[in-house]
Amino acid sequence: MHLDHNHTHDGPPAVSADAHRPDGRRRALRIGLGGPVGSGKTATVAALCKALRDELSLAVVTNDIYTREDAEFLLREAVLPPERITAVETGACPHTAIRDDISANLEAVEDLEDEIGPLDLILVESGGDNLTATFSKGLVDAQIFVIDVAGGDDIPRKGGPGVTTADLLVVNKTDLAPHVGSDLGRMAADAKAQRAELPVVFQSLRAEGGVKDVAEWVRGQLAAWVA
Amino acid sequence: MTAGEGGVRATARIGARPDGRGGTALPTLEGEGPLALRRTRASGSEARVMLVGAMSGPLGGDHFTVEAEAAQGARLHFGSAAATIALPGQAKGEARYDVRLTVAEGAELHWMPEQLISAKGSELCVTTRVDLAAGARLVLREEQVLGRANEEPGRLTSRLTVRLDGRPLLDQELSCGPGAPGGWDGPAVLAGHRTLGQLVVVRPEFAQRPVEARLLGEYAALTPLAGPGVLVTALAPDALHLRRTLDEALSTLG
Amino acid sequence: MSRAALLVLADGRFPAGGHAHSGGAEAAVKAGRVSGAGSLEEFCRGRLHTAGLVAASLAAGAVLGLDPVELDGAADARTPSPALRTAARRLGRQLMRAARATWPSAELDALAREFPKGAHQPVVLGLAARAAGLGAEDAAYCAVYESVSGPASATVRLLSLDPFDATGVLARLAPDLDRVAHQAVEAARCALVNGVDALPAASAPLLEISAEVHAAWPVRLFAS
Repeated sequence: MHLDHNHTHDGPPAVSADAHRPDGRRRALRIGLGGPVGSGKTATVAALCKALRDELSLAVVTNDIYTREDAEFLLREAVLPPERITAVETGACPHTAIRDDISANLEAVEDLEDEIGPLDLILVESGGDNLTATFSKGLVDAQIFVIDVAGGDDIPRKGGPGVTTADLLVVNKTDLAPHVGSDLGRMAADAKAQRAELPVVFQSLRAEGGVKDVAEWVRGQLAAWVA
Repeated sequence: MTAGEGGVRATARIGARPDGRGGTALPTLEGEGPLALRRTRASGSEARVMLVGAMSGPLGGDHFTVEAEAAQGARLHFGSAAATIALPGQAKGEARYDVRLTVAEGAELHWMPEQLISAKGSELCVTTRVDLAAGARLVLREEQVLGRANEEPGRLTSRLTVRLDGRPLLDQELSCGPGAPGGWDGPAVLAGHRTLGQLVVVRPEFAQRPVEARLLGEYAALTPLAGPGVLVTALAPDALHLRRTLDEALSTLG
Repeated sequence: MSRAALLVLADGRFPAGGHAHSGGAEAAVKAGRVSGAGSLEEFCRGRLHTAGLVAASLAAGAVLGLDPVELDGAADARTPSPALRTAARRLGRQLMRAARATWPSAELDALAREFPKGAHQPVVLGLAARAAGLGAEDAAYCAVYESVSGPASATVRLLSLDPFDATGVLARLAPDLDRVAHQAVEAARCALVNGVDALPAASAPLLEISAEVHAAWPVRLFAS
């Protein structure tokens, strides 16, 4: 082969979830956010960006069913400069792109770090799917599963890989509970039964505090990552 | 020219170089038989040559070759007076039509022939090969009409290769008509269109100022190549629409 | 060589990014040119004999030891649509990642270094096949099959086409797949003697034009 070796890295690009980049630096912590359609993943990502952007260097990868709609929402909300938001196209199979074939997402996170310099945190948002979608460990270091009270208060009882195994379960839109007849106490008890010691956060992005608890959890993950 | 049992063999050659007075001289201008050449009125520094079809063809078994070379600093515009019609012949086998264009650094060549019409029962293989030195300029147009009016097409294979500074810039082959590989008229390739064309423009300045891809309607696109060139690919209902699309695309390039 | 390695490489679940691409089917469906099993078959046949043949000959050439950088240049020249070149490099980069993890190889590492944003997918496919101990014919078969299986599975999602009908289309194309794979290997062997320019350059004008139409859509399901 007649290959020139005038590349910038010492080695070829990384293959999978190696904790270090080809130049030896530690890569960004990657946190995935999954959950059913309409549960508030994108709104949670937007709130997290606003809460963390002054203290951390962060970026977002969205996995949209249709091209870039979630990315467009984040751009419109101006939660981050446009170069820090990347959309991955999923060919109508959002769960495939975060679990079975993560190559496009790995490229997106690597390109973000290549193009905008060292990052502390990358949030990877899945396309709205169903209760079975989880992130591959080859793609993210920790994952948040977002459900909402309006989707039915029996979701925690039904379980499924997202509810049961996510590193953090977020029960969103608690302000709607009285209106949709959801029993928050029952949801908490069912979640506890499914998840044992894994944490659960109840949040309303409209209420005081908003995304505070989730942001605090993310800070904790980051502290453990760089330790 | 030779007309043996295998059909007619004919070659036309043009060599262009600067004449030292701001124009372009044609020290070589040799046509034969069906490939007669005529020098027409120059336009500024550009010499103009017309390929004048002295008989119909190519027929089955014929082998035509056209060669043009523009030396450093020369400007040559090369067209044809009428459409070329591929027809079935007495001789067995396909006809061949080879075009070889060579353009030196700082030279410019326009190869703008009229349509190639693939008549029913004909079999023609066209190869157009362009070798450009770095810094050469090219405008090349090819138009294929598959069948005369309300006629099914003949078998046509047409390969267009453009090399720039020794590397391939564009290499495309179209194969259509009876006996062509399956799917040629289907939804991935021609979808029933009977007129198609390509326009290639290579200019060194595209390296600094790349042209953006652009749609020219539903069935035509202007695409920047992986180098200082663009290709317009167009399908059209008829030759008139096709020519208009290609002309408009060329005019937008300035 | 291991025949099982061919199954691993050719498996639609091999994690190399193909699921997000329709091979031009999304644009053809939207334009109404593909509307059922019959038109899907004609679409696939046309794609097979053009883009499929070119991809298979590039892949076979890479297995036979043709210079991958030269092959990548040949692929560029055979792909006038920038949208298709981008898709091919993206898929090449994704396949590269999967292949390096699966069959570590110094040749793959070197190509990854040369093209950090991706070489054309068929070139990577050829080197991946080589790294897996497979031959030129195996790589050609992978390429020709991908050239039709991608549009077929995308059309199942786009038209809610009966999956048995889509699979029937693939089965009916099998004799053509055999022919094109064979033709691609012959062409690659010929290129060993006559140079990379001798590889096929079969083109499909509508695939190129529609790829640009598709890339300009603000909303779409597939990346290409």
